[in-house]
Amino acid sequence: MSAQSAIRRQGVPFVFGIACLLVLIAVIEGLIRIGMINPFIVPKPTDIVMSFERIIVEENILPRFLLTCGEALAASLMLSTVGISLGVLLHKSRLVRLATETWIAAIASAPLVLMYPLFLVIFGRSAWTIIMIAFVSALPPVILKTLEGLSGTRAVLINVGRSFKLTPSQLYWKILFPSALPTIFVGVRLGMIFALINIVGVEFLINFGGLGQLVNELAERYDLPGTYAAICFVILVSILFFIGTERIERWLRPGT
Amino acid sequence: MAQTGHLTGTPRAAEPWLSPVTRLRIVILLTILVIWEAIAASGILLREVVPSVVTIGRALAELLFHPDLKVSLLAHDYRIPAFYWHLYVTISEVAAALVIGGTTGLAVGLALGANPFLSKAFERYLYYLGPTPKIVFFPVMIMWFGVGPESKIAMGTLSCFFPVVLSAASGMRMIEGVLIRVGRSFRLNTWQMVSKIYLPAMREPIVNGVRLGMGVAMIGTLLAETKLSNKGIGFMIIDAYNTFDMPRMYAVLLMLFVIAIGANALVGRASRGTRS
Repeated sequence: MSAQSAIRRQGVPFVFGIACLLVLIAVIEGLIRIGMINPFIVPKPTDIVMSFERIIVEENILPRFLLTCGEALAASLMLSTVGISLGVLLHKSRLVRLATETWIAAIASAPLVLMYPLFLVIFGRSAWTIIMIAFVSALPPVILKTLEGLSGTRAVLINVGRSFKLTPSQLYWKILFPSALPTIFVGVRLGMIFALINIVGVEFLINFGGLGQLVNELAERYDLPGTYAAICFVILVSILFFIGTERIERWLRPGT
Repeated sequence: MAQTGHLTGTPRAAEPWLSPVTRLRIVILLTILVIWEAIAASGILLREVVPSVVTIGRALAELLFHPDLKVSLLAHDYRIPAFYWHLYVTISEVAAALVIGGTTGLAVGLALGANPFLSKAFERYLYYLGPTPKIVFFPVMIMWFGVGPESKIAMGTLSCFFPVVLSAASGMRMIEGVLIRVGRSFRLNTWQMVSKIYLPAMREPIVNGVRLGMGVAMIGTLLAETKLSNKGIGFMIIDAYNTFDMPRMYAVLLMLFVIAIGANALVGRASRGTRS
């Protein structure tokens, strides 16, 4: 009985949300059909749905998706390796940490993605420009969260390690790093989300690469249903990426 | 006769003029400058790509002080550096985006935070749409609002809306129940509840949401300016790229980062002020 009421408590709002969304789409479709919304500005939702097949078949969406994923993977690997290493180095040297931590936090708030024209000059109009701008923009949260995780290790754990006469290297690998891993992953996840946002954004801006370029190309061809469908696809990919990384984070931090 | 003794303790060591942290910071900055200058002088990378610090400094001075734009104000013509005009355009767009996106986000956040049913029905969509790259909506914004500042404001608004609404909704849920009960016992109406109870109790999450929102609104607006505009700081950056004027690009980026970091620090200070 209580399980049923719990399902009802969760299910009714969920169905209501979906229903509202469907009603909104139907209203937009109706307003376009009766001419209250210009179809040359907002395409009919049915046209958008129909164009999904076209962009999947004709616009090579799978290779583009794989290219964006490859760029995201390269940037994520780079920022995990460099970001975690820099975080560990800063944690080891208190003076360097005190001198640079506020700088890194300040850099994290700067719109680094605006440096993409500079990266275009250095790396050319290639995937490296996209990967490097994603890497640079997403690096600060990984460093800061690694530092936070290592500094937040409970003193009692470190004391236990010392009582076992662990070497500094063993202390790091057996105590500090495992204890900091959940927080480090929060940083890596944030970094990966920033990286994906910047990758699709720069692909769109420089008209090169995967999904971002697809949106730009379709918009330049004035293929409105295709543009909207491509945007929906980008949203879908972002949501799946977000849910996937969230699941891993929950697995690493079961208490949260 | 009482004898006054004198202190015989060892004198305190004079504090160094600069703390070790400050000295290290100066050393790091100097090292970066020396490495940069060495690369610029060596020609390992193109001199145009890595210009000398002096050249960048000159470009920065020209950007900030060279009056290269004529403006008319109160029937008088003035010449000012064009940078300030472009900065004014960008700040206006970001401010408009922050006002529209912030107000809408706050209103929706309050509604979602106050009503668990609405929160369960709609919050997941906002939560998932939050981290999507908003710049891909720019073609849509151009179709809806045109190629002028309106589409840039719309981009900033869209970017800013999500962090504000999510912060406001979670802030609303964190308000202590006793405060809400006090408000109800005084029979406050909805507006009084919002202005006297909800908003004062959730200042910190709101300021944090605005801080996040301001950062992403700035990014959204500037990226839109680099894509399609003839004014604003984003336009200045892409214009420097198109004319291959690298020192000017470095100067504009430098000023942009200083302004963005300064604005973020100011809002951060306001956030800390709400806690004290």
